Amino acid sequence: MAFMLCLDPFAEVTDMNRRIDIKRNFPLHLMLLPGVALVLVYSYWPMAGLVLAFQKFNIASFSHGGYFASPFVGFDNFKYVFGMPEFPRVLWNTIFIASMKIVAGTIAPIMFALLLNEVAKIWLKRIVQTVTYLPYFLSWVILGGIISDILASDGLVNQFLAWLHLEPVFFMGDNRVFPYMLVATDLWKSTGFNTIIYLAALTAINPSLYEAAVIDGANRWKQTLHVTLPGMMPIIVLLGTLSLGDILNAGFEQIFVLYNPVVFQSGDIIDTFNYRIGLLGAKYDIGTAIGLFKSCVSLVMVSVSYALASKFANYRIF
Amino acid sequence: MPIKRSAGKVTFDYLNMTILLAVSLLCLFPYIHILAVSLSSSAAVAEGKVSFWPADFTINSYSFVVSGSQFMKAFGISVQRVLLGVVIYMAVTAFTAYPLSKEDRRFRSRTVYVWFFVVTMFVSGGLIPTFLVVRSTGLINSMWALILPGAVQIFNIVILLNFFRNLPKELEECAFLDGGGHLTYFLRIALPLSVPSLMTLTLFTIVYHWNAWFDGLIYINRPDHYPLQTYIQMNVIEPGRRVRDITDLDVLKTVSQSTLRAAEVLVTSIPVLLAYPFIQKYFIAGITLGSVKE
Repeated sequence: MAFMLCLDPFAEVTDMNRRIDIKRNFPLHLMLLPGVALVLVYSYWPMAGLVLAFQKFNIASFSHGGYFASPFVGFDNFKYVFGMPEFPRVLWNTIFIASMKIVAGTIAPIMFALLLNEVAKIWLKRIVQTVTYLPYFLSWVILGGIISDILASDGLVNQFLAWLHLEPVFFMGDNRVFPYMLVATDLWKSTGFNTIIYLAALTAINPSLYEAAVIDGANRWKQTLHVTLPGMMPIIVLLGTLSLGDILNAGFEQIFVLYNPVVFQSGDIIDTFNYRIGLLGAKYDIGTAIGLFKSCVSLVMVSVSYALASKFANYRIF
Repeated sequence: MPIKRSAGKVTFDYLNMTILLAVSLLCLFPYIHILAVSLSSSAAVAEGKVSFWPADFTINSYSFVVSGSQFMKAFGISVQRVLLGVVIYMAVTAFTAYPLSKEDRRFRSRTVYVWFFVVTMFVSGGLIPTFLVVRSTGLINSMWALILPGAVQIFNIVILLNFFRNLPKELEECAFLDGGGHLTYFLRIALPLSVPSLMTLTLFTIVYHWNAWFDGLIYINRPDHYPLQTYIQMNVIEPGRRVRDITDLDVLKTVSQSTLRAAEVLVTSIPVLLAYPFIQKYFIAGITLGSVKE
C-alpha cells in the first residue's frame, strides 16, 4: 500500500502543487550557485574581455578603467595579425597538423579495435590494453621528456638507425620530419585509449547478426566487412563529424613541450604563436585578436559538426 | 568452440597477435629505456651503452632528484593541489549536476541554467582575456589560480547528470512523500547510490590536476611555487641549469642532464602509475557510462 502511494504524487499540476514546487525547488537554485558564480567569473567575464581585440591596449588605462578604457581601433589588430609575415605559415601548419591528426586519429583506433576484437585469449587482450592505454594518462610534459630523449640525435632511435647503417634523422630539428613526428607521437599517446569507445560499440552489435552471416557462408573477413563495420558506422560518423571542431586544435601542449625555434617553420601553430606574441610579448590586444579569430573559426566548425551530428547520428549533448 | 580453425584463420590469429604484441612493445620500450637511463651513470649514457638495461648501475640520479629541495617542494605543491582540487571539483560537479538532472516540468528554470552552461562549451574568452581575469581577481601566484578557473568541468557534470537521471524515479517520489526535500534526497539517496560514478570522476580529477602544467606556467611567476609538472617542463625547456649548480665532483661524474631528466620523469609519473590499476577499473567504465543515453 505504501508503495502505491509513491506513484506520481505530482500527477495533477494545480496551483497548489506549483507553489509547492517553487518552494521545494529553492535548494536547487542554491546548489547551482557556486557553479554559476564560477562560470560567470571565469567564463563570461573573459568573454567581455574579447573587446580588447578591437582596442589599442593600454595597461595604465586598463588597470584604472577596465575593459572599455582603452581606445577603440576597429579591425586594426586583425589587419596587423593577418599582415604578419609568419601568419599564413602558422595558419597552414595548424590546419595541416590538425587534419593529419584527425584522419590518423580516427583510422588507427578503429583498426586497433578491430584487431583487438579478433583476439580470443582474454589475458592477451588485457595485457595489450593495459600497455597501450597507459600513455594517455601521462602528461605531455612527461611524454615530452621521454620523446625528446629517445628521438634526440644520439637517442635510442638514431642508435638503431645507425645500427641498420641508415642516415640519422633529426626529429626535433628537421622541418621535413617534425610535423609527422608530432602525428606519430600523438598516435602513440592516444590510440590505445581511443579504442575504448569503439570496443564498446563492438560489444553492442547483436550476436545473431554474426550467426546469420555464418549461416550465409561468410568468413571472418566478410563478417568484419558486412556486420562489424556497419555496426560501428554510427559511432564512427558521430566521432568523425565532432572532430571537425578540432580543425584549428593542432595540440598546443604537445607542440609546446616538443618544439624549438629551429622547427617554428613547420611546427608553429596558432596557439603557440598566440602564447609567444600575446602573453610572453605582452601584446594583449594582438593576442586577443588572434584568439578571437581562432574562436570564431572553431565556433563555426563546431556548430556545423554538431548540426551534422544531430542530423546523421541523432546526437544531443544534454 | 569445438569448430576446427581453418589454416587461414590460424595464420591470421598468429599475425594478429604478433602485430598487437609489437604495438604493445613499441608503447613499452620508451619507459624501459628511460628507466634504464635513470639507473645508469652519465658516462655510460653518453657513450650510448644504455638501451634497455642499465649500464654502470647507480641510483645517484634518484638521490640527487629526491634531495633537491625544489623538486620535493614542487612535489608537495602538486599533492596539495590534487587534494584541494578533488574536494572543490567534486563538490561543484555534484552540486551542479543534481539540479540539472531534474525534468524541465519539475524544475522550470532548468533550461535557462542548461543554456548558461552550454554556451561556455562553444564560446570562450581565450588565453589572454582569461589570464587578465585571473590577474584581476588577484589569484596570480596563488594556488587558487590553478583550481578556480577550471572548476566547472562540463564533461564531468554531464556524466554525473546522466547517472542521476537514470536513478529510479520512485526513489525520489518516496523521499518527497516521506517529507524530505531535495537536499535530503540528494545527500542521503542520490549521492550514496552514485559512488561508482563519483569514484570515476574523482580519478578523472586526480589525473587532471596531477598532469596540469600550463596554468602553473602562466599564473605562477615564482619558480619555487611551481607545481611539479610545471617545474619539470621548465627543466625540459631550459636544460643544463641544474647540472651547473652541482658542485660535488663525485656526483657530477655519475649524473648528467639526461639521467636526471629520466629520474625526474619517472618519479613524477609514479602517482599516476600507482593509480593506474584503479583508473583502468573505473575510468573505462566511466567513458561508456556518460555516453549511453536513452
